[in-house]
Amino acid sequence: MYQYDHFDQAIVDARVAEFRDQVARRLANEITEDEFKPLRLMNGLYLQLHAYMLRVAIPYGTLSSKQLHMLAHIATKYDRDYAHFTTRQNLQYNWMKLHETPDLMADLASVEMHAIQTSGNCIRNISSDQFAGAAADEVADPRPYAELLRQWSSFHPEFSFLPRKFKIAVTASATDRAAIQLHDIGLQLIEKDGELGFRVLVGGGMGRTPMIGHWIREWIPVRQYLSYCEAILRVYNRHGRRDNIYKARIKILVHELGAEEFTRQVEAEWALLEPLGIDAPQAEYDRIIAQFAEPAYDTAAPDTLDRSDPDFAVWVDQNVHAHKQPGYAIATISLKPKGGIPGDASSAQMHLIADLAERYSVGEIRVTHSQNLVLAHVRKADLHALWSALAEADLATPNLDLVTDIIACPGLDYCTLANARSIPVAQKIAARFEDLGRQRDIGEMKIKVSGCINACGHHHAGHIGILGVDRKGEESYQLSLGGSGAEDASLAKILGPGFSEAGVVDAVEKVIEKYREVRSSPDERFLDTYRRLGDAPFKEAVYG
Amino acid sequence: MIKLLTGNDLLTGDVVWWTGSAWSLHLRDAVPVEAGDPILAKSIAEERINDPALVDAETGHPPAPRTAREKIRGIGPSVRPDLARA
Amino acid sequence: MVDVQDQQAVAGAASPALDDAPARLRFRTDAPDDGPLVPLEVFLGDSNAAAVRLDPADDARRLLPVLGRVRLIEVAFPKFRDGRGYSSAKILREAGYTGELRAAGDVLLDQMVFLARVGFDSFAPAKPLDAARVTEALARFPFVYQKSADTKPPVWALRHG
Repeated sequence: MYQYDHFDQAIVDARVAEFRDQVARRLANEITEDEFKPLRLMNGLYLQLHAYMLRVAIPYGTLSSKQLHMLAHIATKYDRDYAHFTTRQNLQYNWMKLHETPDLMADLASVEMHAIQTSGNCIRNISSDQFAGAAADEVADPRPYAELLRQWSSFHPEFSFLPRKFKIAVTASATDRAAIQLHDIGLQLIEKDGELGFRVLVGGGMGRTPMIGHWIREWIPVRQYLSYCEAILRVYNRHGRRDNIYKARIKILVHELGAEEFTRQVEAEWALLEPLGIDAPQAEYDRIIAQFAEPAYDTAAPDTLDRSDPDFAVWVDQNVHAHKQPGYAIATISLKPKGGIPGDASSAQMHLIADLAERYSVGEIRVTHSQNLVLAHVRKADLHALWSALAEADLATPNLDLVTDIIACPGLDYCTLANARSIPVAQKIAARFEDLGRQRDIGEMKIKVSGCINACGHHHAGHIGILGVDRKGEESYQLSLGGSGAEDASLAKILGPGFSEAGVVDAVEKVIEKYREVRSSPDERFLDTYRRLGDAPFKEAVYG
Repeated sequence: MIKLLTGNDLLTGDVVWWTGSAWSLHLRDAVPVEAGDPILAKSIAEERINDPALVDAETGHPPAPRTAREKIRGIGPSVRPDLARA
Repeated sequence: MVDVQDQQAVAGAASPALDDAPARLRFRTDAPDDGPLVPLEVFLGDSNAAAVRLDPADDARRLLPVLGRVRLIEVAFPKFRDGRGYSSAKILREAGYTGELRAAGDVLLDQMVFLARVGFDSFAPAKPLDAARVTEALARFPFVYQKSADTKPPVWALRHG
């Protein structure tokens, strides 16, 4: 994976010093909270309900064992011994003290990590496919291009005060594991005549006005994608709406101009920008790509698996994916144990996972947008030992993509923006469907819960989406069906009037039981049944 | 219905409640504050408490904030009773 | 009580009053223009003017045909969170403008690095800034990742010299 050179390290260290100075000025009342807020937000520091929250960037979702050990250590030293993995491959600490955050940032910098631009109206952490570099279906590892984007976007002088936040995702497979069509810019790496380039999508997003993005260019060679992104950002920075924060995302600009006119403006801007030498030279691509070289695979690793342990076999069927290298597999660690909080991990669990990655997966861990972790390069021969060690720490729940693998934002338990709690709803649904046989019979089922319209819990992209709303100070929940954040992206549609917390759990069960009754065969996914039949049978089941 | 004055401490981020003479970490110490009480304007001007605001509550020991949001601020995350504030 | 930085939309905020006095912070050696400073529409209609004010919504490209007679372009920042002025500055420098480019209004210490990098070389902050702190802020980052309108080479140029 990418390792900082002295240039990267000097920039991140300078940022720590700058932030230390900014915190000191705020504590001395030399700057107002209004002036300080954008500064701390651009360092990922929010004020939440109970304390400050710090969001740490995990660029394109890749971590080393050393980094994960440090994240665990920080949770012990500055927080309450746990942390939360988010839907954008970041990590959040919930109980920060302002005066301690500069030291924390210095600890992060010591392992080549930072919280730069994890909030604020700027280009956020670049996200990617958690199977990058291991997936059998990718054209090339997308992470070098994500890293180059990380560098290009860090402290970009022209784009640090955009109309609104800006999220970019990069993938390299036809299978979309990073929800790129719901990003401000989605880049899909493709190959044409032996050359690599990107398909470029603009204007997707969730939030108050969810939209699926538009493919505005079918091909841009990799050597020119930075200047092309610069052109997109410039059109947005100049013309994105600043009169209404709810209409300030690029999706609204694309929608109001029309994709064709927006594209014309981007192309005109790019014609001016491309000759200016914004793109990095080939040597820089080569330097970064070399750091994502394939691990030294054990070519003698057996490609067979002993499935005689039935519990292990269930976990393999549910949580293990094919690897491009014979003898290897990709293992997903579920952070959705029974009774747990989706995406939360204790310091002890993080240390254990870091150790297991060191032993079994070339010292590398991935974070998924579904709030799980991945060990991407595990020898099949080691899978049973890995599973046994995970199981002892309650990390081997075999529920990937099943009804209990629920995405949930922190909700009103932590978040100052939330209208309702998300986590208890997720926990109650998971408890209702505790039986693993029933879960596996239901099959692929993506339930996503957001505690407010900002949609951090991706409810618009849920096969079943749940949105918490405020009814005169009381928590209430809206149910939506039929969303997808994958390559068949679609937006979930509200089913009908809202529910109490208990009511929404009952409603989810009614929807799912109706699905089992009307599906054409046990192989037809809920999403496909919904698309085939529409919402009428489900409406009848819930409200009839 | 009474009003309580609350905010988050600048240094620690902790939820704090106005006791009539100082800020307390505990909802049980909060006292009713009149809508026109100059303490709100003073807190805003001093910039040592973030987002100071008056919130509705029912009288009691401790007082009971009206909204789910303020109830959770008063106690802690409902999903982590081990971290609840006494 | 919402912790996002943009509680209020920034569009439509009033720009600072036009002021013909030289900028308080000026990083140029030529003599400052002594005005008068006029809004873009007035400037385009008056062939004698040499100093122009751009508001955030003004299209900087309208100046490109007449850049030859411009000595001072002041870009207004009614609110520091309105980032349109950064693109205006960059566009002018990309087009070859070498005269004074001034940022005026809600110009704060922590935005100085970005402003300098897109080509501003003079500053008229509404709230006075300490010159020593400004110098310190401008020197804070030893390296930069992108090519912009200043002379700093991006790190990839240093890496592969």
